[in-house]
Amino acid sequence: MKKLVSILLVLIMTVSLFGCAGTSTGSGAAAPETIKIGVTLPISGQSAIAGEYMKNGIELIVDQLKAEGGLDVKGKKMQVEFLYEDNEAKPETTANAYRKLIDQDKVIAIVGPDMSKCILAGGPIAQASKVPCIGTFTTNEKVTQIGDFVFRACFIDPFQGRVMASYAADTLKVKTAAILYNNADDYSKGLMENFIKAFEAKGGTVVETQAYGGADVKDFNAQLTKIKAANPEVLFMPNQFGEVPLQMKQARQMGITAQFLGGDSWDSPDVPNIAGVDIVEGAAYDAAFSPVDPNPVCQDFVKRYKDKYGVNPNSNAVLAYEAALVVLEGVKNAETLNGQGVRDAMAKITNFPVPSGTITFDETRNPVKGAVINVYKNGQPDYVTTVNPN
Amino acid sequence: MTTILQLIMYGLQLGSIYALIALGYTMVYGIIGLINFAHGDFLMVGAFLVYFLAKAMGGGTLSYPVVAFIIIVGMILTGLLGVTTERIAYKPLRKKPRLSALITAIGVSMFLENFPRALPFIGPQPRPFPELFPMSSFSIGGVGTNSVQILMITFSIILMAGLHYITTKTKVGSQMRAVQFDKDAAALMGINVNNTISITFFIGAALAAAGGVFYASIYPMIDVYMGIWLGTKAFVAAVLGGIGDIRGAMLGGFIMGVAEVLATAVNSDLGYGAGFVILIFILLFKPAGIMGKFTIEKV
Repeated sequence: MKKLVSILLVLIMTVSLFGCAGTSTGSGAAAPETIKIGVTLPISGQSAIAGEYMKNGIELIVDQLKAEGGLDVKGKKMQVEFLYEDNEAKPETTANAYRKLIDQDKVIAIVGPDMSKCILAGGPIAQASKVPCIGTFTTNEKVTQIGDFVFRACFIDPFQGRVMASYAADTLKVKTAAILYNNADDYSKGLMENFIKAFEAKGGTVVETQAYGGADVKDFNAQLTKIKAANPEVLFMPNQFGEVPLQMKQARQMGITAQFLGGDSWDSPDVPNIAGVDIVEGAAYDAAFSPVDPNPVCQDFVKRYKDKYGVNPNSNAVLAYEAALVVLEGVKNAETLNGQGVRDAMAKITNFPVPSGTITFDETRNPVKGAVINVYKNGQPDYVTTVNPN
Repeated sequence: MTTILQLIMYGLQLGSIYALIALGYTMVYGIIGLINFAHGDFLMVGAFLVYFLAKAMGGGTLSYPVVAFIIIVGMILTGLLGVTTERIAYKPLRKKPRLSALITAIGVSMFLENFPRALPFIGPQPRPFPELFPMSSFSIGGVGTNSVQILMITFSIILMAGLHYITTKTKVGSQMRAVQFDKDAAALMGINVNNTISITFFIGAALAAAGGVFYASIYPMIDVYMGIWLGTKAFVAAVLGGIGDIRGAMLGGFIMGVAEVLATAVNSDLGYGAGFVILIFILLFKPAGIMGKFTIEKV
């Protein structure tokens, strides 16, 4: 038995040795120059589903590059390789992933991850190594304050908080709101703080603010009991889409009738799927993009995505796609093909057409772009309006 | 007052699930001295099995015999998975240092979480769990509750009572207790130790599957990682009550559930940690847990 196992092991090792040798000579011969771009995303862990959407988005670019025979860099076709590195949606794993991509794989730039708390751990490493990185869904203000090598593809939390507060106060014309947020998530906290600021500036009152301690909390009855007692007109829940469905269900079961409001993390078909169509009816949230936006760049992207995966893209997919495009644009225009060169070219990007509109980076490397407001109708997000930054 | 009763009601609901899962930890620990970290993942497997069985039965509203049938099939299959896991992963290490078995348990847990995630028909996305039990809300003296809550608490208590009966009144139970007391002496008395341990794993995993179904009926969203946090909480409950003691596990589960909900109501920022604070305090004064007995290890 033991002998058999050891023979098997030797066989496997030999085969893998040949396997490695084969691939390295293969790629070496076919493509003299390959540009390596790192992608950090949650492949396993609590938000693995977000990672799947991100990968789907980036794979569309891979397909397109394959069809075009490579990336056109100053008249020369170059191969682009995206290296996926799992960050398990955890800050410490993100830091390790960044180190591996920079030190071992020698990538020229990093796309992702999607969470503010994660890039806040990885960003300083990229900054110190002069490798540009671009977060996809990293809406927390502090992200691009890490340094001049850190970019983002999305709008920022203060803007989102303001958008939802003004939707509540100006469009819905409500006076009272309650908030249920995740105090272990910088995203959730950022939206909560900015919603309160903007809503109270418009004359509204936040009657109850309740927290919970992380994505693995599934029982919100204690918090919702207090919210019910405060009887708000709207309930703002700026939480991840894996957490929101149970919160909505428990709130309605308890008899809370307030309208639900949320942030861009709600933008996933899983929310109505899990919570149920009748429970999400009328719930409003802001999003980076809407699949029904008539903009041709957007419609082209939605069509290609739908053809390949059979479903509509969500914000995770769009933002990862856009972040990767920004990096490729940086590579194309870089004066010297290194981290510094790509960074400088990325910072100069203006009016770059992407599915959710256009990207122009301001001096703090935040894109200037608007948000759409969607309302769930019969389980489908229904585009209501676009709010532009002012 | 009604608010407090209401909160206690929610606490009991959460606690009954903690208790049911804590039982599995405690049983396995009591008999072979192994903390089976994969226990929370058996719960996930049970919930997924029932989810797929319900789908195979046509989905929608199922009649009671069908619901009972799929839950029992789910429990049996999960029980068999428990037995297989024990045979493959734990049995070869039974004579090795405890640490090896503990690390293997963590490995099994990671495998059970990540292997289904890699399967295309399961994947990482959370899914809605079907409504197996009819849901109707009502209130007793101002305390709102619903039929599913009451059913789950009742079922948990029935299962726990059944388990208590099995371990104290039946032949299998006395074999289990004999193995717990002294493995070698039990073998000399003609008890098949391997079979007894298999039965223990079977019951533990089947209970976890039931816990998974009950959990998913109250919090109707399942994903491959759902076993992690539930497992941790239930483990704390088992230690709190005195690991190795079945009554202790039940008590620990209910204490954890009620304490967590009440603490969250007082201050939602700190509620999540409440159970752990209680654990620290109890271990400071009663290091073996509430019901646990101190055993002197002879060298």
